[in-house]
Amino acid sequence: MGIRYQVRRATNAVMAAVTLVCTVVVLVPLFLILGFLARMGLSALNWDFFTQLPGAAGEPGGGMANAIVGTLVLVALAAAIGIPVGVLGGTYLSEYRASRLSTAARFTADVMNGIPSIVMGLFAYVLLVLPMRRFSALAGGVALGVMLIPTVMRTTEEIVRLVPQSVREASLALGIPQWKTMVRVVMPTAAAGIVTGIMVGVARVAGETAPLLFTAFGNRFWSRDLLQPIAALPLQIFAYAISPFEDWHRQAWAGALVLVALVLLVNVAARYAAGRQVKLH
Amino acid sequence: MVVAEHGAAAPPARTGDRPFQLLLAVMAAAVPVIIGAMLIALIAAAWPAIQRFGGAFFVTSTWDPVRHEFGVLPFVYGTLVSSALALVIAVPLGLGVAIYLSELVPGRLRAPIGFFVELLAAIPSVVIGLWGIFVLVPWVRGTLGPALRSAFGVLPLFSGPPLGIGMLTAGLILAVMIVPFIVAVSTEVMRAVPRAQREAALALGATGWETTRTAVLPYARSGIIGAIFLALARALGETMAVTMVIGNVPQIKASLFAPAYTIPAVIANEFTEATSDLYVAALIYAGLVLFVVTVIVNALARLLVSRVAAGPAQIRE
Amino acid sequence: MEGRTAVLIDRTLGIRAEQVHAWFDRLHALRGITMTIPERKVTAVIGPSGCGKSTFLRCLNRMHELVPGARVEGRILLGDEDVYGPGVDPVLVRRRVGMVFQKANPFPTMSIFDNVCAGLTLAGERSRRRLETVVEQSLRAAALWDEVKDRLQKPGTSLSGGQQQRLCIARALAVSPEVLLMDEPASALDPASTLRIEELARELAKDITIVIVTHNMQQAARVSDLTGFFLDGELIEFGSTNELFTKPQDRRTEDYITGRFG
Repeated sequence: MGIRYQVRRATNAVMAAVTLVCTVVVLVPLFLILGFLARMGLSALNWDFFTQLPGAAGEPGGGMANAIVGTLVLVALAAAIGIPVGVLGGTYLSEYRASRLSTAARFTADVMNGIPSIVMGLFAYVLLVLPMRRFSALAGGVALGVMLIPTVMRTTEEIVRLVPQSVREASLALGIPQWKTMVRVVMPTAAAGIVTGIMVGVARVAGETAPLLFTAFGNRFWSRDLLQPIAALPLQIFAYAISPFEDWHRQAWAGALVLVALVLLVNVAARYAAGRQVKLH
Repeated sequence: MVVAEHGAAAPPARTGDRPFQLLLAVMAAAVPVIIGAMLIALIAAAWPAIQRFGGAFFVTSTWDPVRHEFGVLPFVYGTLVSSALALVIAVPLGLGVAIYLSELVPGRLRAPIGFFVELLAAIPSVVIGLWGIFVLVPWVRGTLGPALRSAFGVLPLFSGPPLGIGMLTAGLILAVMIVPFIVAVSTEVMRAVPRAQREAALALGATGWETTRTAVLPYARSGIIGAIFLALARALGETMAVTMVIGNVPQIKASLFAPAYTIPAVIANEFTEATSDLYVAALIYAGLVLFVVTVIVNALARLLVSRVAAGPAQIRE
Repeated sequence: MEGRTAVLIDRTLGIRAEQVHAWFDRLHALRGITMTIPERKVTAVIGPSGCGKSTFLRCLNRMHELVPGARVEGRILLGDEDVYGPGVDPVLVRRRVGMVFQKANPFPTMSIFDNVCAGLTLAGERSRRRLETVVEQSLRAAALWDEVKDRLQKPGTSLSGGQQQRLCIARALAVSPEVLLMDEPASALDPASTLRIEELARELAKDITIVIVTHNMQQAARVSDLTGFFLDGELIEFGSTNELFTKPQDRRTEDYITGRFG
């Protein structure tokens, strides 16, 4: 074989090596981040972190108890908005796949999934913060909820689509009306998959900071009701990270560790739910 | 015949069908309605600034809240350059990983590696930003910057002292954030290329790389371009990680070492500090621009991706 | 003479089809079918692929119209009521005319027990005792009780193919239909299970009218009292199974049963 062939073989080997190197390079930041989180975050975690309110500026001590609770509250609000609209809308998309409303909704949902989260925050600001003249947990929840809708809608559509026609026919042939067939047979069959989609969406939304900057705004103390500003883990991490105080930097790492652990936990739960989904083909 | 003793309940009512369908339709309609509402709300809130500055908004460099002069050119510059830099870094890397995962990886490793790449995408932006401030910035300042300076310092691109924060670091951190998207979509698109195409090339005596280059990549091209557009849209709108490492100075400099500012970053930093209505309107105007641009880029991306056999890798009816 | 199903079935009726036409969009799938299906007999519908036999069956329980673009004309009398009459609710028709499908389709998320009484539970039946009674009666009628009585809470999909099909028969019987339609119920099953389904059909016919579509002529000969032969959407011949198979009156019927086509 001539030199041409040798060159081609060498190119092949080199390119294979290049792609392997790319893979390693891409995975390096992941492990670096996780590593730093573990090292810096764990050392700053203590009981106070989970039970205390933030301390005064510059003073060591204090914790992120209100921020952790705040994140949970905001996620609950987002879920209250995102889940009903997303699941029901997604069911519509799968059952009436070709209608004009479906095409429009599907396309806009995909587009919405790509809109920067800070713009969602602006929308919630104009919609709620301006008329109410105050920052509130409600506005933050709405911003996150609006982000959740298109995600849940599309994942629900995908999974309900997969439920075989034979399952629907079996129910219809028993004289069960169409709507009951949907609610009591088709959707329960797809339930685990729907839950997976919801959890993945929730994990994404729980880590968002930008939409909360001028809606939930953050709070040094406990919030009394939903119409007041509320603390949130990502907001607190941001505020501490850009501050000049060493102690707050360490707490930022701790907060980041807790946030990532939360997000990972939800993702793992989502995988578990996906595994419980009844095989559909 | 025996009369049954178990008289089943009366057959179920039919009246539920229409209301249920209506409910579902209303929920689905919520999405286009919300996008429309967003557009209207943003335009309405930005109106004072739109009226006052109009198109000049985009070409003026002065961002002076005190004198009520607002021009977003520095932010547009920062957004575009940091995103472009991110693409330049992330696209080759991401494609490399996608080729590895789709063509070369030993079967057992595909799932774990794919999992780790997905994991990177799941890490919240603020956490990546945190890592950026305390790990990436010092590294750029102490290692990468001086290395680039000594190698290419004669170029205006690498002039000035590497401060650590700045356009280069922002580009790097954006690359970290968008690479998972490129990998995920490209891998899926490449794996969807029919076996027959690869076999055709192999049967002609092509090497693995040549097969990839001639049979797989061209077939998957529009999907890959779609993935790049999606990644671009993401980079344009990324807020937290960028604002934590870019320096937040509204200026237009040639050097990648110089601090800069992006549209999402300025909104994030200055919105709650904005003292006058015009200031707020100007920021919302900037947000509106971001909204429109990302919607367009996203729409283009979706059209491209849907051209190839896209969607989750599941059996369709 | 009553069978095991008697306890479930309140009454059974015959069906009379009069000039039934059916379309899939422009495709004229059934052309003027007129046929009388007597009560408490097994009536078989045979014919080559695409002749319209399954379409006809689905017209009987108003499932055909669920396909977008599908249309039916003509009368189908259940007893003396036209199921396509004005104001008739198809959902009610489907409760009165039950169906078993080609491939067994138990509900994947339900246990054996829940599968059998699904028709009742979804209609609102709540009494646990009543459900248990009906489940046992239905499973006995479907000749499945002995095999599953100790594992009623296991998933419906954990059964073998033949058992799943009998489960679907039990499920259909549990709502006390007046007629039971069977669309090639054994075509996906092994010979032993097929035989059991055929025996079951004959047994059920003591108490409930059975209409069975099959592409297997020997099966039709074994199982049915009357047979209708369809070709290209038309009913070519209809009569007692014995006569149709030994002395077919139409040339096309003869060609089909002697295997010259189809």
